[in-house]
Amino acid sequence: MKFDEQQLKAVKEFLYKIADDQLIIGHRNSEWTGLGPILEEDIAFSSIAQDKLGQSMHIYEILYSLGEKDPDTIAFTREAKDFKCSHFVEYMIGEYDFSLMRNFLFSHSELIRFEMLAESSLEPLANLAKKYKGEIKYHVMHSDLWVKQLGKANEESHARMQSALNECFNLALGIFEESEFAEDLKEMKIFDGEKFLRDKWLEQIMPVLEKASLETPPQSNWSPVYGGRKGEHTEYLQPLLDEMGAVFRLDPKAEW
Amino acid sequence: MEILTKEEILRVLENVKDPEIPTISIVDLGIVTDVNISDDNFVNITLTPTFAGCPALKVIETLVREQIVKLSISGVEIKTTFDVQWNTNMITDKGREALKKHGLAPPVKHNGLVQINILENVTCPNCGSKNTGLKTPFGSTLCRSIHYCNDCLNAFEQFKPVS
Repeated sequence: MKFDEQQLKAVKEFLYKIADDQLIIGHRNSEWTGLGPILEEDIAFSSIAQDKLGQSMHIYEILYSLGEKDPDTIAFTREAKDFKCSHFVEYMIGEYDFSLMRNFLFSHSELIRFEMLAESSLEPLANLAKKYKGEIKYHVMHSDLWVKQLGKANEESHARMQSALNECFNLALGIFEESEFAEDLKEMKIFDGEKFLRDKWLEQIMPVLEKASLETPPQSNWSPVYGGRKGEHTEYLQPLLDEMGAVFRLDPKAEW
Repeated sequence: MEILTKEEILRVLENVKDPEIPTISIVDLGIVTDVNISDDNFVNITLTPTFAGCPALKVIETLVREQIVKLSISGVEIKTTFDVQWNTNMITDKGREALKKHGLAPPVKHNGLVQINILENVTCPNCGSKNTGLKTPFGSTLCRSIHYCNDCLNAFEQFKPVS
């Protein structure tokens, strides 16, 4: 595919934000390894983390083919201001209820995003999307199951899940911060836009939340947390990057 | 000079086993998606990953190269791409037997849609019973789910169905 200067900017920004979300939430989920409340959840979060890291890597490889640095350099040496991830994925893992609810809201958005991208004119991305859908289905299956179970199990679990949803919802809306290049992406038939994705996301999560007896705030009360896509981040991101990149930065030229 | 055939190359590739499941070859796993030989025996091999996060991608490329350079070739190029997307239905019957030999239940065949109900009552690779239950759709590697057999009382893993 040939791009003019603006189109190339649009494509790169788009790919960076998707992969950055995956890399950061992948790292966060991996922080549950060894700390899961039960063994099966320890394994689940670790496995889901590995999937997200792998998925981010292949998208960074597309960026590499478009002239950006190689995936390891992109992942381990950028400073926070150069990341395009949403605030949502930066937050510390907190307790199991927060991380579970985060995965629930994020994985549903990923599933729809990649279902949309399976039809994208950006062929390497469409090929990845066709693969990622099948993997993300397991993530959605997992969090749907637990959200429904815990939403209705007893008073404490219900209260915790509702509180987690209250904490997560506006952050989750931040995933759909629209790009200044939205029209370019639409014209190129690469992506139909964050608003479209957000509406489909709501359609999908609402029935599950209802089964879990959980409520979302009315639209009049929404307050999406934006800024991440423009490089404005929370205080949590830099410490995460320092830790995640520590081994690589010891010797970036090392052969592993 | 005799030009190598695709069949010959695939036979050689049967020596390349999955690094984590040494009973199954990459051919039977279904990840060799193209083999191309030019008139002067330059071999092009295309592989596809089982999972995006598979840690063995580079290792498998190295193992493939090690096998192919033993042949009379003018050169070899190995690529891993997602042009063809892998799913578990691409595992051969021979591959399914190889998984069982390793103690893994082979993946249930799917029709393109994987729902949680197909993960229940997987046949136990130890005793053959269908009186089993799903413990978690995740396992010790990305490709596995964990099950429990109510008859022989063993936990076991399935190479999980992926569409």
